[in-house]
Amino acid sequence: MSTQLFHHALYIVEHACKGCTHCMKRCPTQAIRIAKGKARIDNDLCIECGQCMAVCPNNAIAIEQDSLSQLESYTTRVAIVPAVFFAQFDDSVTLGQIITTLYALGFTHLYLAETGVDILTVLEAKDQSSSLPLISNFCPSVQRLIQVRFPLLVGNLSTLRSPAQVTAMFARSELKTLADGLGVFYFSPCAAKIAQFKTEGSEEHRLFDGIINFDTAYNLVCSYLAKHKEAVQEETRAFSFPVCTRKALRWSLVKGQSSNHSGRCLAVDEMHNVIEFLEILEDEQETNLQFLELDACAEGCVGGILTVRNRFLATERLRHWSSTVPKQLDQNLCERILRHKSAFYKNLNLEPAAPLEVLGLDTDHAKALQKLRKAERILAALPGIDCGLCGSPCCKALAEDIAKSQASIRQCVVLKLKSAKDLNSLARIWGERSIAADGLKDDQA
Amino acid sequence: MAGVAASNLKRLLKQLNIPPLTIKRIIVAVFEAEVNVIAHSYGGRILCDFEEDTIQVQVIDTGPGIPDLDLAMTEGWSTATEEVRELGYGAGMGLPNIQKSCDKLSIYTKAGDHTHLTMLFNLKEDV
Repeated sequence: MSTQLFHHALYIVEHACKGCTHCMKRCPTQAIRIAKGKARIDNDLCIECGQCMAVCPNNAIAIEQDSLSQLESYTTRVAIVPAVFFAQFDDSVTLGQIITTLYALGFTHLYLAETGVDILTVLEAKDQSSSLPLISNFCPSVQRLIQVRFPLLVGNLSTLRSPAQVTAMFARSELKTLADGLGVFYFSPCAAKIAQFKTEGSEEHRLFDGIINFDTAYNLVCSYLAKHKEAVQEETRAFSFPVCTRKALRWSLVKGQSSNHSGRCLAVDEMHNVIEFLEILEDEQETNLQFLELDACAEGCVGGILTVRNRFLATERLRHWSSTVPKQLDQNLCERILRHKSAFYKNLNLEPAAPLEVLGLDTDHAKALQKLRKAERILAALPGIDCGLCGSPCCKALAEDIAKSQASIRQCVVLKLKSAKDLNSLARIWGERSIAADGLKDDQA
Repeated sequence: MAGVAASNLKRLLKQLNIPPLTIKRIIVAVFEAEVNVIAHSYGGRILCDFEEDTIQVQVIDTGPGIPDLDLAMTEGWSTATEEVRELGYGAGMGLPNIQKSCDKLSIYTKAGDHTHLTMLFNLKEDV
């Protein structure tokens, strides 16, 4: 098991949470339980996909946010901005205006995160993972999902650095002379990337000094534009960051990666599709597939939990923009990359991901087997309607929680109904069921 | 449908914290055996025994048994029907693959009787 402490960006806003069970039922790794009227996230299981936040009716799930005031403690402030950020604005806001505003807000250098794709291409980075099909690690949430729920597929995960990290390395190398007071910031469309880049002890942790959430950055740009409408004239400042190639600009869109990979490829987006597909893949003995692009969010990063604009409109703008950039890499940029080649030397692959043994009932096989038996017995006595009133997502999860001594059978509300009136109204909805909790008394110990 | 038993067993093994590489070996072997039971026999059952360091999986069918076991263990040799082959099985790799996946394999079979596979897997991953 990884000893590295995984950083979590999602948290529950206690005073807003009503314990309504929406998030608990949606969570793809069953990481949420309800206790004392509030949702609680199990950090070992959470994969930072943000499904809970999307489904919460009370805005009780939030993503941590670095304060912008920290910008002041750096003299050189670099922003690594994914192309998706620019697609958050409608056509009335030009790329030039967005860039001008970002400079006005205090950034001294802007890099496009997707430049990393071109850097990897120029340097002919090779993946060290050899199992086919290769699974892209571009979406950190999918990577963690595989580590938690599909340990058999961990060996298929790509080990290449993500483009944003590569761009950060490039920026740090180019601005070496300004190293004192150099701060590199990433604009994140989702919780998973924040978590990935902030996990302490990891390589990524050193590459970024802070993360700025998409929604915050969007609001800053919009309010600045509203106040300084006249000042921010069309294209007052041209792109000062490298323009990447068309293929790189489309990288975060669905099929952006797979269309550039040789052999038979497949792109799957949205969490439930990804899970369904991984289930099949884990069972499949042989497939003809070479490369898999899996995105936790619908439509890829444009569907990120922190994005502001409708994902389809954002996709359209990004596609339109990409059709205006050249297919070939700009000669100047290519030379700049090659000049800093040494910065990337032998540093384009990450440590292979390891399975996280968090699904098991116990680390000891014999004890796990005992608990499994116990959970089976308990499950047989539970009503099986998965109502969630006990605070576990389904009867099976409650049975396992009880077997792990993390819950009590007394939490089952349906089993507790005793009066004839209650039982009668229950029968009217759910039909007659045999409710026999008595046989379970031994298990409560 | 072939693969359901193997898939269910996989879910169980994950909950028991069995190392992923061992799960993979067990699942490959059980899947092949499951296909064999479906394609060649009248039906059968799979028993799984957990020990401290080993997992023993028995696949017991109800007949009709394998007439020539040596031949059946030969790679590429198959008696699968056209119907089975159309489904993508019957490449004659079943038993050879099982042999490769497990640490110890013993087979009891007799033409006219049933077939009883006993597969043993060591839990200590030899990496």
